[in-house]
Amino acid sequence: MESGTKAARLELVEEPVGELLLRRQWVNYKDVLLKLCLSLATSLTVLTTCTIVLLIGKEAFAFFHMVSIVDFLLGTQWQPLIEPQQYGVLPLVVGSTLVVVLSMGIALPLGVFVAAYLSEYASFPIRSVVKPFLEILAGIPTVVYGYFALTFVTPQLQQLFPAMEVFNAASAGIVVGIMILPMVSSLCDDAFCAVAPELKEAGYSLGATSYEVFRGIVLPASAFRLAAAVILAVSRALGETMAVTLAAGATPNMEWSFLKSIQTMTAYIVEVSLGDTPAGGVAYLTCYGVAALLFGITFVLNVLGYRWMRRTAE
Amino acid sequence: MNVTPSCALEVKGLSVSYASHRAVEEVSVCFRRHRVAAIIGPSGCGKSTLLRSLNRMHDFDPTVKVSGQVVFENQDLYGREIHPPTVRKRIGMVFQKPNPFPKSIYKNISWGPWINHMRGDMDQRVESCLRKAALWDEVKHRLHQSALSLSGGQQQRLCIARALAMNPDVILMDEPCSALDPRSTACIEDLIADLREKYTILVVTHNMQQAKRISDDVLFMYEGRLVEFGPTTQIFSQPRVAQTQAYIQGKFG
Amino acid sequence: MKRRWCKDVLFRWVCGAVSMFATALLLVLLVHLCRQGWEYLDSSFLTQFASRRPAQAGIKAGLWGTLWLLALTATMAFPLGVATALYLEEYAPQGRLTRLLEVNIANLAGVPSIIYGLLGLAIFVRLLGLERSLWSGSMTLTLLILPVIIVSAQGAIRSVPRSLREASYALGAQPWHVNLLVVFPAALPGILTGVILALSRAIGETAPLVIVGAVGYMRFVPTSPSDDFTALPLQIYDWASRPQVEFHQVAASGILVLLSILLMFNLTAVWIRHRLQRYPS
Repeated sequence: MESGTKAARLELVEEPVGELLLRRQWVNYKDVLLKLCLSLATSLTVLTTCTIVLLIGKEAFAFFHMVSIVDFLLGTQWQPLIEPQQYGVLPLVVGSTLVVVLSMGIALPLGVFVAAYLSEYASFPIRSVVKPFLEILAGIPTVVYGYFALTFVTPQLQQLFPAMEVFNAASAGIVVGIMILPMVSSLCDDAFCAVAPELKEAGYSLGATSYEVFRGIVLPASAFRLAAAVILAVSRALGETMAVTLAAGATPNMEWSFLKSIQTMTAYIVEVSLGDTPAGGVAYLTCYGVAALLFGITFVLNVLGYRWMRRTAE
Repeated sequence: MNVTPSCALEVKGLSVSYASHRAVEEVSVCFRRHRVAAIIGPSGCGKSTLLRSLNRMHDFDPTVKVSGQVVFENQDLYGREIHPPTVRKRIGMVFQKPNPFPKSIYKNISWGPWINHMRGDMDQRVESCLRKAALWDEVKHRLHQSALSLSGGQQQRLCIARALAMNPDVILMDEPCSALDPRSTACIEDLIADLREKYTILVVTHNMQQAKRISDDVLFMYEGRLVEFGPTTQIFSQPRVAQTQAYIQGKFG
Repeated sequence: MKRRWCKDVLFRWVCGAVSMFATALLLVLLVHLCRQGWEYLDSSFLTQFASRRPAQAGIKAGLWGTLWLLALTATMAFPLGVATALYLEEYAPQGRLTRLLEVNIANLAGVPSIIYGLLGLAIFVRLLGLERSLWSGSMTLTLLILPVIIVSAQGAIRSVPRSLREASYALGAQPWHVNLLVVFPAALPGILTGVILALSRAIGETAPLVIVGAVGYMRFVPTSPSDDFTALPLQIYDWASRPQVEFHQVAASGILVLLSILLMFNLTAVWIRHRLQRYPS
């Protein structure tokens, strides 16, 4: 099998040369078909965006037909489901703001410190323990954070502040802060790591301590990406739903108090959806008024954040 | 279109330009059938660019513009009615770094014939290609193991076998030994010497001694232009152009 | 000089302490959940339906609902996401339009999940008349995780070495051979990792399902994609929002089940990343 037939077998494989170089068909239908399928799939993403914008726009338009947009944006009473109806969205905005402010107040400093530690100081083994922990923290569903706020954070806080209500902005803000901490720290970590090592070495060679290098070189050099991280985190905290629904309550108010029950924009949408609201009714439409505001704000934040992120990446 | 029958590939006034600069300018040359031609020159002189334009590998980079003709079997390869995949089937290529597919050794060879619906017994084809590439004895007991388990030199020979499986007329080699150790290099050089009986081979190399060892003809390029083309013995003993002589003597490059 | 040095050491310690604190938060969370949820977590918890009495409450309906959602979402999101990523990486011409497409996808990834819920309610539930079925739920989740899958698949496809594409083109391959038979298989481990992580996000999503109209209290297992459904996180939400403390403990048991499923997913992703990744970049 090895030697005797070898020559014959090698010859057998040779084919007549001189195959035509010309195209047999002008268009290769398989290539066209594949490209068509792939671009159809891609168009779905465009379709999704368009549908979101059209849907929210249409329903919000119907809503603002009934309620003047000025009353909606500047009114300080939100009471759309019971008589006498009031459609001022500001209490919901205040609720959302309280949660965003508190969560950013927690996530931003902690996130920057964690990122500084991971990118500047941590040895490889420590990094490879802390990073997965943060990833797990990021992967925990928001409903779990809501539960944690309700059954752990609030009772602890109530020992500190006896006046605190069962549902309150503080515990919701704290858990949302914990929730977005991994996102902030990983975005900051990326930002710090993107600073050119030559720049840092220049600082060290002038005799600066690592703290001075961080304050004087790394922080300013990554300012744009830090800002982008903050913006994206705010957008995320604003859109957060289940944790605030569970922990912050359903009482729209304008009191700017962390100790009281509030309602965020997202929590309102959930409240309406849980009740059996008929399509087209006013309550249903209020949902879209709030959603339009929420989508508008997060859209602007996302576009801005994405831009700043890329601006320094290039 | 008149082509002297001894030309396997004839390049006529070929220019290649990238978005910002011209890499190859007005090169005209005739590569003889069943000979080994070496393309030499200092790095960045357009050797690889020239080689890649011979089997239309520039088609995938929209910033590259090619003008001029490459005549193969009385056809201009850049003609409108030409089917580029068929061009690449007939004019095979081996790359600088060994790039086997992350599949088994067997599949690496059989993939090309398979997608091109080539007839014939696949086992025989694989065996004959591996034999021609002097790899059969080393891998015959592990044809179905991953090609990535081979050494660098073996991988490069596998890549040559893979190109042979398409039964090409011309094989383009883009610095095939630059990533290999001396022993594997020697092995590939022997292989090239064997293959020239059946194939026309074009080798880009930055190693002048290698060009001297393996080639019949030498093409010296400098800054995108063809400086001198001729039989290896002549180029290395009595170059006509002063620049060639200077390069061969190691005065620059 | 001494002050500068002190500042440096202090900064280092603060950074380290904060990192340890962040890590400890996860442990606190897990310990709290275990202490709360241990009591009701037994085999009957997995095989019983929701009940008005905490001791007899189980998550069978939620578990099956989640598994259904997972299967449907994966079958829809995987091909769509991979196809889009392949198009963007291999076909889309470099230019403004493509950049716009990518900005659009990045933006979709940042749209609050509750907005996707409203979208699903209007389009799938009402317009397409799918009612509050598994179809509506899984389609909504598909749209929700699609951007995540696309971005990670793009990364995986981009990390396939150029030389592989060149090798196949040099053998006379057509673009569809190269993309489907070379690039896609080579990128598959990376793509799968991304898909699994995206799916684990889908498992935990609650808000869009609440909007689409999944119910919290259900006493049967869905048998076809057009059935009503509930899901683990919804069941948990339902229990956690009740006033009785016993139901909070039941919710914690449900959370432990949910988290163990997520853990399994993450471990699978890690395993795939380590075992199947043939191109460590």
